[in-house]
Amino acid sequence: MTEIPKEEYILKCTSACAGCSSTLSLRYVLKAAGPDMVLVVPACCTSVIQGTYPRTAMNIPVYNIAFAAAAACASGMSAAYRKKGVKTRVIVYAGDGGTVDIGLQALSGAFERGTDFLYICYDNEAYGNTGMQRSGSTPLGAITTTTPGGKVHPKKDIDRIIEAHNPPYIATACSAYPLDLFQKVTKALSLEGPKFIHLLAPCPPGWRFPAEKTVEVGKLAVKTGSWILWEREHGTLQVSGPSRAAMKKRVPLDEYLKMQGRFRNITEQQKQELQRNIDRALARIACEVKQPCS
Amino acid sequence: MRGETAMQLIATGNKAIAEAVRQVNPEVVAAYPITPQTEIVEQIAAYVSDGTLASQYIPVESEHSAMAACIGASVTGARTFTATSSHGLLYMHEMLHWAAGARVPVVMANVNRALGPGWNVWAEHSDAFSQRDTGWLQVFVSTVQEAYDTTIMAFRIAEHEDVLLPLMVNLDGFTLSHTMQPLETVVVGDFIPPLHLPHAIDVAHPRGYGPLTGPDEFFRFRWDIERSMRDARKVILDVEADFGKRFGRQYGPIEEYRCEDADILLIAMGTFGKEAEVAVDDLRREGIKAGSLRVRWFRPFPVLDLSGRDVVVIDRGYSFGFGGVLTRSIQATTKAEPFSVIAGLGGQEVTYRDMAGFVRNRRPGEEEWFGVNTIV
Repeated sequence: MTEIPKEEYILKCTSACAGCSSTLSLRYVLKAAGPDMVLVVPACCTSVIQGTYPRTAMNIPVYNIAFAAAAACASGMSAAYRKKGVKTRVIVYAGDGGTVDIGLQALSGAFERGTDFLYICYDNEAYGNTGMQRSGSTPLGAITTTTPGGKVHPKKDIDRIIEAHNPPYIATACSAYPLDLFQKVTKALSLEGPKFIHLLAPCPPGWRFPAEKTVEVGKLAVKTGSWILWEREHGTLQVSGPSRAAMKKRVPLDEYLKMQGRFRNITEQQKQELQRNIDRALARIACEVKQPCS
Repeated sequence: MRGETAMQLIATGNKAIAEAVRQVNPEVVAAYPITPQTEIVEQIAAYVSDGTLASQYIPVESEHSAMAACIGASVTGARTFTATSSHGLLYMHEMLHWAAGARVPVVMANVNRALGPGWNVWAEHSDAFSQRDTGWLQVFVSTVQEAYDTTIMAFRIAEHEDVLLPLMVNLDGFTLSHTMQPLETVVVGDFIPPLHLPHAIDVAHPRGYGPLTGPDEFFRFRWDIERSMRDARKVILDVEADFGKRFGRQYGPIEEYRCEDADILLIAMGTFGKEAEVAVDDLRREGIKAGSLRVRWFRPFPVLDLSGRDVVVIDRGYSFGFGGVLTRSIQATTKAEPFSVIAGLGGQEVTYRDMAGFVRNRRPGEEEWFGVNTIV
């Protein structure tokens, strides 16, 4: 049985919105990592949530860095610690904009160079910090302030981009499954080299659902197959429990979409495309699990 | 092994800088290659590869990442170095501000080169000038020996507790980066003390670094940069004096050549400032009492006393709609009314004969673009 440490590394009174799932998730990330770590944070919601100088809501060192630079900053930090013979963990906690868009080059470089660090992308599927503008990670049909009629392009598949770097560990997680997240962070930190965790983080004000529904929305993302939980260690794929269940019996996609105001303009055609993408992604995973590629 | 005894070598400006870096032994070097800086990173990579330098060498995918990696390494308390040029320097621009704001003593060699379009790999100072307000100390060198000596001093100045700001060593592309000159190395020894970064990350005492900072606090951090920039003047003098005492070569904010009795001062930076000394000798033979004043430190900008003398400034970079950057800096800080010559852009050839012509045909208060308007 997994025991979650009682130590809290996020102090009371963050500036997070009510129902913020990225902060709930970060709590478990930090518990899994322990105090000998540095959290590198580019421009994102977490730059606000941590509090304003001279105060901080974090009981671990937090290094804030420019939007595009998180993975590169972590590279330098990791190199310096390894040079000193220090085991301090370097963890990037970045939003989807800072990961799949502006930070992608630095991220790719850091993974190609085998940097010893953990990169966690908490994905609220838009530029949340600046008021929900579209990102490359915004799903098809979702309304943002820069896609007022709904996004016409599908979500960028960052996981396959990262997978192309053949990292020792890559996983997806969802804020609604904190134990799964805790275990994945623990696993990732037990391995050397570049590790990636892609965390779905439902955002009540941005996705337009009541704050108390954060966990419910996250669970529906997984149960409908919109978000698949899996991990890939040294190339070997394993589907995580909640998604194994979803592969056997799926909740209809509509249940997930209708809870969120951001999908109020979605067309039937877009829904069908979302459904096709889910089916394809699940089929690909099922195929690989059944017959692993050598 | 090299570095344990002083040696007489023949080296390019780039090799001299790599040799200085090898001796100072930074813990982390993160760099991206660009002409004409490539030889510096190639040489450092070779040193790391053959074990003569124990640094962690991070072959980053861009200059933006080079500076971000240097910042990340530096905040752990590690000594860091990088090198770039031209477009690479501009690609770092955001992170240059970040380095100064984060108060990390990163040392960087910048091989001065023009900016496109059109593509041009030759010397110009526009790259460094465009970064003048980032909070970096900037020094311009003129010989291979000076490039080496200054790079060594750069670490001690940047890392001094009264400074703790990043420092850029500028050298002209090709005319210095690729020019072979004699080089006498030193034994660095305890000239560079171990780096102590007072705000280095300490996991036992967690703090937030660079979080949201409101209008009632932010300006204090900007003032602190300026205060250190002012304090750097004395630190620079002290470090240069100690270097002179230990190793026998004297440097200062400016280098003067035959200025004591001069009626006319020819002012330039980088290699032009050395070439100007030959022009001065020629002019003196004609009976013109000229002197050469080479501006070495650009940030903090030196205090110049030019009173009672004519001034000719050669600018190797321009602020469009405003004027020659060095000229305007001198006008802003002295009462001089210089004859401003814009020359050497994109590697345009300017000889000591041309420079002597600038002095002979000076028109105080006016501006001349060399090669555009013919100087008679």
